[in-house]
Amino acid sequence: MNLRRDVFQAIADPTRRGILLLVASQAMTAGAIAANFDTARPTVSKHLHILTECELLTQVQDGREIYYKTNVKKMKAVADFIEPFRKMWDDRFNKLETIMKKRHNK
Amino acid sequence: MELKTKIHAEDGKQELFITRNFDLPVELLFEAYTDAEIVAQWMNTNVLKLENKNHGGYLFETTDPMGNKHRFNGTIHEMQTNAFITRTFQMENTAFPVQLEFLVFEKVTDDTSKLTMHVIYQSVAVRDQILQLPFAQGINMAHNRIQEIVAKNK
Repeated sequence: MNLRRDVFQAIADPTRRGILLLVASQAMTAGAIAANFDTARPTVSKHLHILTECELLTQVQDGREIYYKTNVKKMKAVADFIEPFRKMWDDRFNKLETIMKKRHNK
Repeated sequence: MELKTKIHAEDGKQELFITRNFDLPVELLFEAYTDAEIVAQWMNTNVLKLENKNHGGYLFETTDPMGNKHRFNGTIHEMQTNAFITRTFQMENTAFPVQLEFLVFEKVTDDTSKLTMHVIYQSVAVRDQILQLPFAQGINMAHNRIQEIVAKNK
C-alpha cells in the first residue's frame, strides 16, 4: 500500500480538508462534525474513516463517545507536501496539451 | 501509471525542477508559450503584454473568484524558437521576490516533447513558501466554505 498517495487522496477532497480544519481546534464526535456539513451523515462517516485510515485523524474514546482529533505529527508532514503544487502545474499542462491537440487536428 | 508532471525539489536548495512530457510535437509546445491567445487559455489569464524576443517581457492579469485582479510580470531575457526561454517571474503587490526560470523545450519523437522548467528562488525559505502556496490556498478555501456554512446555520 502506498501510504503517501493515500494521504494525497485524503487531502484532495474539499470536505475532508474542511473536516481536518474543523477538528484542528478541538476534538469532536462524528455527529458534531456532520452537523457542520450539508453532506449526508453516512458520507461524513466515510470521510472520517478515510482520514482515520491514513492517520490524519485519531479516535479517542471518552465513555460511550468517540471523539476525533487531528494527528498533529501527520498533519505537519502533510503541510510540507508538494502535491498540490504539482497538481496545479499538471492541470495547467493538461489544458495546454488539450488546446494544442485541438488546434493541430483542425 | 507514471505521473506526466514531476516536481524535483531537494531539501535545503533554493531551486526546483518541473518536468513534463507532452503528446505534442515540440513546435506546438513552444507555440503554446509564445501565442498570446493560447497562453491566455491554458494559464487562465489575460495577457496584457507578451514580447517574445531577447530583451522582451510579459505582463499577465488574472481575476480571482472574488473579483480581485492580480498581475504577474517578467522579463524575457533570452529565447530560441523550439529550444529555450530564459525569463523572470514576479507576482506584483506580494512579498514574493522575483524568480529566475530556465525553460527548455526538447523534441522526444516527432509527436512527443519534453519541457523542463528550472526555477531559481532568492532563498530556500522563499522556495519552500511558494511550494506550499497551493496547499495553503486549498485549506483557505475549505476554511471559507466552513465559515459560509456556519454563517448560514446561525
